[in-house]
Amino acid sequence: MTPITPVHYIVLSAALFTIGVIGVLVRRNVIVILMSIELILNAVNINLIAFSRQLGDPVGQVFAIFIICVAAAEAAVGLGIILAFYRNKETVNIDEMSLMRW
Amino acid sequence: MPPGFAPDDFWLLLPEILLATTAVVVLGADALLPRGRQGLAAWIALGGLGATAAALVPLAGTHATAAGGLMAVDAFAGFFKLLFLLAAALTILMSTRYLAVEGARPGTYYVLVLCATLGMLFMASALDLVTQVIGLETMAVSFYILAGFLKPNRRSNEAAVKYFLLGAFSLGLLLYGMSLLYGLTGTTMLRDIGTALAGLERSRWLGLAVILVVAGLGFKIAAVPFHMWAPDVYEGAPTPITAFLSVGSKAASFAMLLRLFFEALPAANADWGLLFYALAILTMTVGNLAALTQSNLKRLLAYSSIAHAGYVLIGVVAATSVPQVGIKAALVYLLVYAFMQIGAFGVVTMLRRHDVIGEELKDMSGLFTRNPLAGASMLLFMLSLGGIPPTAGFMGKFWLFSAAIDGGYYWLAVIGVLNSAVSLYYYLRVVVFMWFKPQATGSPVVLGPAMGVLLAVTVVGTLALGVYPRALFDLADVSARALGAAGIATMVR
Repeated sequence: MTPITPVHYIVLSAALFTIGVIGVLVRRNVIVILMSIELILNAVNINLIAFSRQLGDPVGQVFAIFIICVAAAEAAVGLGIILAFYRNKETVNIDEMSLMRW
Repeated sequence: MPPGFAPDDFWLLLPEILLATTAVVVLGADALLPRGRQGLAAWIALGGLGATAAALVPLAGTHATAAGGLMAVDAFAGFFKLLFLLAAALTILMSTRYLAVEGARPGTYYVLVLCATLGMLFMASALDLVTQVIGLETMAVSFYILAGFLKPNRRSNEAAVKYFLLGAFSLGLLLYGMSLLYGLTGTTMLRDIGTALAGLERSRWLGLAVILVVAGLGFKIAAVPFHMWAPDVYEGAPTPITAFLSVGSKAASFAMLLRLFFEALPAANADWGLLFYALAILTMTVGNLAALTQSNLKRLLAYSSIAHAGYVLIGVVAATSVPQVGIKAALVYLLVYAFMQIGAFGVVTMLRRHDVIGEELKDMSGLFTRNPLAGASMLLFMLSLGGIPPTAGFMGKFWLFSAAIDGGYYWLAVIGVLNSAVSLYYYLRVVVFMWFKPQATGSPVVLGPAMGVLLAVTVVGTLALGVYPRALFDLADVSARALGAAGIATMVR
């Protein structure tokens, strides 16, 4: 068994980040895009906690907790906004958001 | 006292405390006031903004940090805080009649405007990555809701969804860059990051972190190629919010950008200087060229606001070789831009009446005869945005371009001047519509008392800063000196 080093965490977080970015760019469903954004934010959290552990410095974990809070607030507001949109338009596909040129 | 706080912190953070209290009071007032008297919330909010501004006055000349070094209370923060409070107050003046016409509930609207302003104050002061992000998000989340505040309006819905998605995405990029910075330096305090990086060799990781942070903030200031949300959001959001977004949010993002790059990352200025150089040219050029063909006023002003972000970036680039001059020019321009841009949006708001949406260029037709005062003000704002003397816009541009020349960025100055010339075409097109086209239909354009105050403030600001800019220059000079005095010394020339 090789021990798990910070490099492993960074590779994992980079992979999550990439999947998230691709998801935002490729998917058309607003909810899926929102989930991809959450993936990016969690990649950040993994980074921060791995660095925090490696440096023996708790600030990284504090930062991660703040990001979790911010992500929760964003998700709440974002879902509310998406719901308001859905009520008027009956779709959550961003290709249908063509009232103004995208 | 909680740990990490000193008794002085209360006085240093009093503006933020007052503003947060006002937001809570307005929220309470919204619940308690009877239906007919909810307009009162606007006056409470204005009073709170005034009290906050008053609390800033005794802090003039302080150069301290509060909350254990998380917040800077200095002239740089003070300059931006005054700008944000002014922009917020003008936005509220603009909103009173607009909300009545749209039939929207005013209480929560003003609470959100105050929350956004609070976030901006934190962005100007924060000396720590976490605090910066929290300030940014306080502002951004409030703006997501405000952009979609007109719930039955599909354009407003669409604007909110687009702004939210791209805002959240850009936050992800910014945070990933910040997490790399934390990993490289082991701290989130901007000044400590600056010290740590000065002793560190340039690495690929640092380059990646810088690129991600530039991209994340590039979205917030709507720099090309991260600008695609701006025209749609500016068009769909309620007009006063568009004004606040294009002035307040942009200035706050620039404040955060200047803090971050000149306090924490001066050692890597060769990397980000080049990035901003490219962004400045792209932003000015694309913004101005796209504005040429617009027929919707809000969209036209959106592209013009993108172009103006490009002009401010000239100051940021110039600051990599002449820090004081470049930062000062950027600060001057941001304040000048606030007056003329809010004024222009104020006139657009006046065009919204019960029977007219009033956002198209043709709705401007015959404005000079219909309402000479509004027409003359709009003429002044357009000339100022185009950079014609003796307006403030000319002074601002003059300082930006001379800063670029001081810094040895001759091409940047040349491209900036060419862009200003191009921009005159679409600003004057608005004037042509006001003066030479036959009158548009619809009910008369009325200048209410709130809008009168707004136009008076913005017109006087635009003229006074153009004719007598000395006071503003001195203020901006002191503010620019406060920024990153220690970090800038380590910049690689």
